[in-house]
Amino acid sequence: MFFNAFLIALREIRRNLTRAFLTVVGIVIGVAAVVTMVTLGRGATEVVKAQISNMGSNLLILRPGQGWGSRGAPQFSESDLVAIKNQVPGIRSLSPFVMTNSPAVYLEKARNTDIQGTSANYFEIANWKIATGRFFTDEEVKEGAAVCVIGETIRKEVFGKNVDAVGKRVRLKAMSLLVVGVTAAKGQAGYGDDLDDNIITPITTVQRRLTGKPNLQSINQVMISGNAGYPTAVIVSDIYSLMRERRGLTKNEENNFSVFDSLQLADAISSSTRVMTSLLGAVAGVSLLVGGIGIMNIMLVSVTERTREIGIRLAIGARGREVLLQFLVEAVTLSCVGGIAGILLAYALCRGLAEVVGAPFLFDPKINIIAFVFSAAIGIIFGFMPARRAAALDPIDALRHE
Amino acid sequence: MTQSSLIELRGITKTYGTGDAVFNALNGIDLNISAGEFVAIMGPSGSGKSTLMNLLGCLDTPTSGHYSFQGIAVETLNKDQRSLIRRHALGFIFQGFNLLARTSALENVELPLLYRGYSGKQRHLMARKALASVGLLEKERNTPAELSGGQQQRVAIARAIVTNPATLFADEPTGNLDSRTTHEIMHLLLELNREHGITVIMVTHEDDVAAYAQRIVRVKDGLVASDELNPSSNPAT
Repeated sequence: MFFNAFLIALREIRRNLTRAFLTVVGIVIGVAAVVTMVTLGRGATEVVKAQISNMGSNLLILRPGQGWGSRGAPQFSESDLVAIKNQVPGIRSLSPFVMTNSPAVYLEKARNTDIQGTSANYFEIANWKIATGRFFTDEEVKEGAAVCVIGETIRKEVFGKNVDAVGKRVRLKAMSLLVVGVTAAKGQAGYGDDLDDNIITPITTVQRRLTGKPNLQSINQVMISGNAGYPTAVIVSDIYSLMRERRGLTKNEENNFSVFDSLQLADAISSSTRVMTSLLGAVAGVSLLVGGIGIMNIMLVSVTERTREIGIRLAIGARGREVLLQFLVEAVTLSCVGGIAGILLAYALCRGLAEVVGAPFLFDPKINIIAFVFSAAIGIIFGFMPARRAAALDPIDALRHE
Repeated sequence: MTQSSLIELRGITKTYGTGDAVFNALNGIDLNISAGEFVAIMGPSGSGKSTLMNLLGCLDTPTSGHYSFQGIAVETLNKDQRSLIRRHALGFIFQGFNLLARTSALENVELPLLYRGYSGKQRHLMARKALASVGLLEKERNTPAELSGGQQQRVAIARAIVTNPATLFADEPTGNLDSRTTHEIMHLLLELNREHGITVIMVTHEDDVAAYAQRIVRVKDGLVASDELNPSSNPAT
């Protein structure tokens, strides 16, 4: 009986290709829209998350002044670092950080870039990986060795595409540094900066040879990483109290420093991408609904013809349940074909759009299943309900249906 | 004729609607039809002849009364059981042909066989044979829209006889046809009755169509008004 119903249903679909096509198109569009939107949204969210974790997943940055544009605020000193390290609980490690910029020159090529002076543990704090060579060591920091680790962008742009920069020398102003390592590419930061366009050297080297400020009072930033599991918010507030005290700020005076919390930024950015994803999902949901209404229309329009068909089948001896099974198989077949085609279309769209948007293609079975089930349900319900009504009629009434 | 009755109706009534809108289509019909007969049921419109036809064809159930078909009490059967009687013992021809649209003549004829569970090969063979017997084998690929009215009715007859039913019901089979085609169709029905022994029960309001039958039952106001053998029923075949 089931095989029969399947055979009859497939024949009916083949005979009414236009109707079948319109039904399927509704489902395809609905499913493809939802899956594409949500998949791309999730891809974008993942990109942002990855970029933030590239910065160092629970990285705190102590900066002079408040916000971005606060020149003139006092810098930090070596003793600040020692005090924070000793008095604030939950800190795993911290490193001083100075920044300047200079053209980096190798042979005839030059590129103006960020020069970052720091300690050897900075690489771990900021989550850097080495691509070739090595990081510099504590000893090299101590003695102010003329060594550096360069970013992938510098290697590519200054040394050349297929050149191994390790062991070569790069010139910064009047100083020549030995390249000991190249960092693994991090790509763009969430705010669009190229994280690989920099040269990292021992802080002592920068202070003594480049900025000419060998005193330890001029640390631009302090990079701090907390112990895993220790609440970052507590560390942040402890640092605020300690630094206010060390700087002798009275109650009414504003902070002349700030602590940037990468985790907080990550949360903010990923929650805003989540909002975007839900928004896109909602838009796509509307198209799924519109697709569903399209299916409904096709099904309702064909009710008269199909009621007569049911009457004919009943009159020549089909049982009600055989006719129903046929209609069910038809509806399920069309819905499934539409659903699968929709997912394939979404797959193609995502592949294409991922390039444009710059988001990776992340297959999310959940949204595929939701979209599929929803559209299939619409197809089945609206294909099946009119049939159920018609099959309940006496054959004579079904045949007379106008 | 001494055959036992194929069909026995006793005090059949059929009422449509309820309350003030109640309409008595049949008011107590008694009728016997034997296997192998060719019966025409006649009557003016509204007389109840179509209602009677639908009851005889197990398409509908009586409000009261007893209907025995091949010894089975039809009024006790449910919808599915009546479907099975139609499937296995009856064939139908309608005024409006009632072929499936966009479906080839061959597939239309195959339809009852599908529900009987024949294999694809058998269906094909039997359907072609039935189409050949109504002289339409060369049109097997054509859909109803590509066939004339007479051809469509012949496809419908092929569909009705493809299962070798014992009884064939024809509801105004020539109502939509011109007179030349009418006689072609009637000859076909007569041939099925005479040469294959199929009982034919036909509703019509045309005298020259009824003239093909060997017995004419006239219905009026939901009652059998007359029931007589047709003296002129001797058209040369």
